[in-house]
Amino acid sequence: MNMSIGRMAVVVASAALAVMAWVVPATAALAGERKGDPALFDPVASVVMGPRCLNCHQVEGPHQKDWGVIHAQQVVRGADGHGSAVLRCQACHQASNTADGHVPGVPNWHLAPLSMNWQGLDKKQICEQMRDPKRNGNRKTPKEVIEHMKTDPLVLWAWNPGANRTKPVMSHEEFVKVLTTWADAGLPCPN
Amino acid sequence: MITLNINGKPQKVEAEADTPLLWVLRDELHMNGTKFGCGMALCGACTVHVDGQPTRACVMPVSSAVGKKITTIEAIGASPVGKRVQQAWAALEVPQCGYCQSGQIMAATALLRDIAHPTDKDIDQAMSGNICRCGTYQRIRLAIHKAAREA
Repeated sequence: MNMSIGRMAVVVASAALAVMAWVVPATAALAGERKGDPALFDPVASVVMGPRCLNCHQVEGPHQKDWGVIHAQQVVRGADGHGSAVLRCQACHQASNTADGHVPGVPNWHLAPLSMNWQGLDKKQICEQMRDPKRNGNRKTPKEVIEHMKTDPLVLWAWNPGANRTKPVMSHEEFVKVLTTWADAGLPCPN
Repeated sequence: MITLNINGKPQKVEAEADTPLLWVLRDELHMNGTKFGCGMALCGACTVHVDGQPTRACVMPVSSAVGKKITTIEAIGASPVGKRVQQAWAALEVPQCGYCQSGQIMAATALLRDIAHPTDKDIDQAMSGNICRCGTYQRIRLAIHKAAREA
């Protein structure tokens, strides 16, 4: 019995060494500056691919509700992501939730910039977009990349969405933790 | 006591900070031209202008309106564009039951102030938040074009 446990330990240790030997050069060669486990993005994705985020990272106009239906009133993006010339987001969206939480609100409610669209993207594509300064609002360092998700009132609203809207799958505190881990690892993306 | 700038005049009202502007207009100031429809910014009947932009008074806390210029249907005819919109509305007999029409006129006036000669697409994108249960949309569109032509 002891022998077999000892033998298993050797086998497991060898396997671990073999995996490490494969992972380290592979990731270093893969992206140069990128390192870390691609799975670190999974918990980030579980939040950012939820309706509270996706509904506003859209092309033509906002979506709404948990099933991502096109926003009622045919709301459009407009020239600046704040709606058409005279049907602005602020026509309805105030500085905080109103109408018993049914009408969402934070100051300056608006769509994500067109360059930051996630419509139709999968997990890997969203991850790659989030670390591309051309498509992430010119955020260059991992710290800058996660700052929006740590502090932007529009993002924080997702944890106070009002009415019966679904909240992200983890608390914002937990989200910041997984973001920080992902950033510290160099923003690795799924292969 | 708070002071609001409504139709160019200061108006003092007693109201809690989170009271919707519409409640203040209708119940405190007895300006009943602005209508209550849904109370959730879904229908547009309560549209007023806040610093020139159409805004749903039913969801705007009155405290957010302090220091801004509020224009209601009662004063929209004082501006040349608003007057033209009203005249076009009357000429084409746009309203049926009329309940949504003060909101429609507020939205249409803001549109023509921003885009003097709107296309049908401009009209749809500006007016799609103003619902008409009588379905007067075709006449609304015609009246906006008429008001634009007569500028």
